[in-house]
Amino acid sequence: MKLRLGAAVLALSALGLTACGSDDNSGLPGAVRFSPKDVHCASGDRTLLASGSSAQANAMEVWVNSYQANCDGGRINYKATGSGAGVQEFLQGTTAFAGSDSELSEGEIEESRSVCQDEGRAIHLPMLAGPIAIGYNLPGVDGLVLDAPTLAAIFDSAIDRWDDPALARLNPDVALPDLPITAFHRSDGSGTTDNFTSYLRAAAPDAWPHEPDKAWRGRGGQSADGSSGLVGQVQQTEGAISYFELSYAHQNGVDTARIDTGGGQPVAADVDTASNALAQADVVGEDGDLVLDLDFATREPDVYPIVLVTYEIVCDRGNAPGTLPLTRAFLEYTAGEQGQRDLADIDYAPLSPDIVEQVRARVEELS
Amino acid sequence: MTRTAERAAERTAERPGDRIFSALSRGSGIALLVIMAAIAVFLAIRAAIAISRDEGNFLTTFEWDANADPPVFGIAVLLFGTVVSSVIAMAIAVPVATGIALFISHYAPRRVAATFSYLVDLLAAVPSIIYGLWGALYLVPRMGGLYDWLDQFFGWTGIFAYDGTPARSLMTVGILLAIMILPIITSVTREVFRQTPKSNQEAALALGATRWEVIRMTVLPFSRSGIISASMLGLGRALGETMAVATVLSPSFLINASLLESGGATFAQNIASQFKEAGSMGRDALIASGLVLFLLTLLVNGAARLIIARRKEYSGTAA
Repeated sequence: MKLRLGAAVLALSALGLTACGSDDNSGLPGAVRFSPKDVHCASGDRTLLASGSSAQANAMEVWVNSYQANCDGGRINYKATGSGAGVQEFLQGTTAFAGSDSELSEGEIEESRSVCQDEGRAIHLPMLAGPIAIGYNLPGVDGLVLDAPTLAAIFDSAIDRWDDPALARLNPDVALPDLPITAFHRSDGSGTTDNFTSYLRAAAPDAWPHEPDKAWRGRGGQSADGSSGLVGQVQQTEGAISYFELSYAHQNGVDTARIDTGGGQPVAADVDTASNALAQADVVGEDGDLVLDLDFATREPDVYPIVLVTYEIVCDRGNAPGTLPLTRAFLEYTAGEQGQRDLADIDYAPLSPDIVEQVRARVEELS
Repeated sequence: MTRTAERAAERTAERPGDRIFSALSRGSGIALLVIMAAIAVFLAIRAAIAISRDEGNFLTTFEWDANADPPVFGIAVLLFGTVVSSVIAMAIAVPVATGIALFISHYAPRRVAATFSYLVDLLAAVPSIIYGLWGALYLVPRMGGLYDWLDQFFGWTGIFAYDGTPARSLMTVGILLAIMILPIITSVTREVFRQTPKSNQEAALALGATRWEVIRMTVLPFSRSGIISASMLGLGRALGETMAVATVLSPSFLINASLLESGGATFAQNIASQFKEAGSMGRDALIASGLVLFLLTLLVNGAARLIIARRKEYSGTAA
């Protein structure tokens, strides 16, 4: 019953316009009190407006509550409007920073030059990552194993039954039922879709001919609105499979598949295996822009390949002087040790040590 | 007001209240015009920007890829989905609503009628997201049986073919929309039925008409324009319904021959789904689709007015 209630709350929260907003059911989410050395409060009574990615909404909620519990006078208002809308608001100069699951296009970086003063431009600061789980509904089947080519074939309607030989080969010890597969994808534009299809494209280029995009490009299947919409459909449809952030699977008790990357044991989706993926990521941005490149086709053991990295978008120079101190103080905290430590409880993966060092250095240089 | 009456009004003493009230009501009228014009101009300008950059055909392309470079998008699927789901809703809701309204106004004992009126009004007060949740979590899993039956006997038409996947189709949306527009149609037609002149009804009774004949000969002809305007109010709501559709439908940019198979999209649902991740071009494209919905609604209302104007002489009054 508690699960059901949780699912209803989740569905309710998401069926508004926030795709991924959800509660972590522990009262005031994670308002952690910590020693003053962990957080440097900005002085002055200011409100910081920010908006964007709903994939990082849960983390932002914890971070904002913790920051405000420790600092007087600084208020942060993060609206989980979705990455696209968040970037638009940032480019119009109405917000101090944007949360985004995807890199800005070159056109958007050009546009940012008119918002950032002092010849500044928008840069990406990676702040956290989340494993994208493959959730399924097959009563009696635990620990399903899938690999990239079969996932691509399932989501492109090339495999449409659970007792398909390709699936049986990956799961030799499991009696797969004679059921049709109903694959659910996002009906709304989404960074989760973008990262999931990037994985399919990189790890199974033959089986997934479509370019990665926020909009779904696969063939067939059903769709639903928001991650919680997908979870809801998986829960009520026997034979369903879909993709969503790990927290949605945990909160709703949905089984998640392990991924056979070709590196020995199949890898389960959890915070540790996702952190391992982040540790291997390369920084590909230039001039202090910290865009990360994940190796989706990785074959390393214990590395979960389907990971979504989400960024904060700020100006490298010429941030609005009124909000700059608060922006810097807040991002210093989120990239700080305490801020990163708070993530694991809510199914997000913290950044790896060398990347987080670069982020901290960059935050300090913001002007 | 005729000119002589205006002059007469000028001659009478004006108190502050007169001036304030006339300014207020005139201001409200002007505000309405300004708001409508502002919406139309805003939609038209942004839509023009989007359509001029569209690499597909705005009317016939079966695709919505407005954030890509170059952008490709078209409203064919949206127009089809919106019209079809609304037509299904009307086909179900209008007869049922008329029946409920007749029951309340002419058949039910007074106390039952009052309870029924209350229930209908209550139905109108439920927010659409609640209908959406109910539709997605309760209605959809229970439609399979009906659709299997339709497929078995009418599947050969193509329209009612069903493949057994979750029933998140235009048909289910139409049924849900029918429930949602039922209260508004019912409450308006009920009021219209009640206004049928007693003398007409009593005259029919005096001629030996049964209750059904009274209704057929006096109530329905008198109320015809009222039923039409009530239906149009309902249709307006069905065309623009957003959250319930976005929750129940499994959107895709395809036109299915079968109404029972999942897929399709509507204007309002598509805007709600795509807006979050839309870039500036994507937004303008969505606004262009909004303009089409705006025009569609104007068209429907205009058509309704025409029909009502024609019927006016016949029924004696405009409801």
